[in-house]
Amino acid sequence: MSASYILRRLFWAIPTLIGVAIVVFVLVRVVPGDPIAMMLPPGATADDVGRLRAMYGLDAPIAKQFVVWSGEVLRGDFGNSISLREKVSALVLGRLPATLELVIVAVAAACLLAILLAISAVLFRGRWPELVVDVGTGLALAIPDFLWGLLFILVLGVLLPWFPISGRIDPTLDFNPATSFYLVEALVRMRWDALGNLLHHIVLPALALALPLTAALTRVLKGSLIDAMNQDYVVLARVKGYSRTRTLWRVALRNALIPTVTLTGVQFSFLIGGTVLIEYLFSYPGIGNLAIAAVTQRDLPLIQGLILTFAILFILTNLVVDMTYGALNPKVRQA
Amino acid sequence: MSPFLALLRHPRIAFGSGVLVMMLIAALTAPWLAPHDPLEQDLLNSFQLPVWSGGDVSHALGTDSLGRDILSRLIYSARPALIVAFVAALCAGILGTALGLAAGYFGGRIDSAISRLVDIWMSFPSVLLCIVLAAVLGAGLHTVVIAIIIIDWTRFCRVVRAETMVQKSQDYVASALTIGLKPAHIVASEILPNVAPLLLTLFTLEMGIAIVVEAILSFVGLSVSSGVPTWGGIIQEGRLYVNQAWWLMALPMACIILAVLGLNALGDGLRVAIDPVKAR
Repeated sequence: MSASYILRRLFWAIPTLIGVAIVVFVLVRVVPGDPIAMMLPPGATADDVGRLRAMYGLDAPIAKQFVVWSGEVLRGDFGNSISLREKVSALVLGRLPATLELVIVAVAAACLLAILLAISAVLFRGRWPELVVDVGTGLALAIPDFLWGLLFILVLGVLLPWFPISGRIDPTLDFNPATSFYLVEALVRMRWDALGNLLHHIVLPALALALPLTAALTRVLKGSLIDAMNQDYVVLARVKGYSRTRTLWRVALRNALIPTVTLTGVQFSFLIGGTVLIEYLFSYPGIGNLAIAAVTQRDLPLIQGLILTFAILFILTNLVVDMTYGALNPKVRQA
Repeated sequence: MSPFLALLRHPRIAFGSGVLVMMLIAALTAPWLAPHDPLEQDLLNSFQLPVWSGGDVSHALGTDSLGRDILSRLIYSARPALIVAFVAALCAGILGTALGLAAGYFGGRIDSAISRLVDIWMSFPSVLLCIVLAAVLGAGLHTVVIAIIIIDWTRFCRVVRAETMVQKSQDYVASALTIGLKPAHIVASEILPNVAPLLLTLFTLEMGIAIVVEAILSFVGLSVSSGVPTWGGIIQEGRLYVNQAWWLMALPMACIILAVLGLNALGDGLRVAIDPVKAR
């Protein structure tokens, strides 16, 4: 994995990003409903509207607006949110850590669960654990994360009130974080009460996000584990006296992980998109929830900034996955 | 036995078509099937219990916060769900297939232009794009359909492109070229029929996706007006009262889950049943 390869990949992401920027820019400008009129109190004169419009640069032709906006974006300035009257970059950066923590917990849970499920399915092939895993993954794949979220709220939040169904942390808890990475901060400051509270809140949204990914990973991993178990090197390990379980964990798993990593990457991007609804469902204060609020408020600068953020996340994820793939698979590394 | 009936012997296809037929019956005969008018309010009889908790048989599944009959609302909701599923999946399928065939068959610049477009499209978070589109187009059933078409044509395009590239390298395409058939003719009458089984599967799966998207947009309040009952809309209303009447949210969820599972089973079943390699 050379530096030039990474640079080349980053370079190729630029046209995609410009494309996304143009589409978003044009799209949000045809939104009906005047955000400026919504900002002013009733009784504002046409002059006031005009002045405010000029202040936000909304009076120039669309092409000129785009040039001005992209120049500012390149300097890291995404403009000001119309509804929240704050800098878009500050809003997004303030909320992004919550989303990142949610996504990372979800992916970690999915990977762990998938490894456990796939291994037990292969270990007990043809017996009931395999059947349970097969039926479970089928269901988890067919039902989208939105419905899982609703199901969890209903069953584990209301009927059996085991988990909180809204927010990120109990607001009465005396935590006062200095950063927006609550989980990391609670861990570093060794605030176990806060950590427990945060984890308690993140279980349901993270699980709803993780389930479809878990199922997809389990399927692929199970398939490649079964393939790997028939390979010569596994037979060799068995001949050398490794137990079946140990062979599975130590030898077959390592070789079966490569296709799984690729799939994680593809699914990871879906997962980032999935946060929008899941955060809304669980009133979780991340960028997804912010995005829905921005759309309902017709907050153009905020919508633009958020969609661009999502696109950048998406592209970076794919890059990281490709690099991991290269690191795991020597054939690609050489090329 | 006719080939169509033979398909029904696959359990997944039987289950899936069963669900689809139930939805069709509910949608077509809603005025006769539903015991009440789905919009009729009866504020004195709000939050009636469903019949299994000791409720009255005239409101078999209970009533909502405005005293409207839940069963009737669920039955009528099959209409927008099916309309969206069918129209959106069909149009997204046509658009995606046309572009996928062109990209896969002609390759070169056409392929790189279309593939680049698909890449850009797929780097939007689809749910967010959908919500932005719904806000742009204004609430309504047509909005949901258009949003799904605009977002999901890429699903068809990617698969059809890959499959067309495989088909193009087959001997029958070379033979067709040798006897002087025009490319447009080859694509339409030689390659398309070979891609069709795959399309049928994709179409069925897309119907399931469309039903969920409709529910999501209703849930966020961007689908049809509140005068038309939809499963997503009932869920959204039910969520407000989930602590006092959990079934208000659970029943429409069960409908959506059944519909999605059915369409998924149908799609998967068709893929296995039609695939000539696996059927052998």
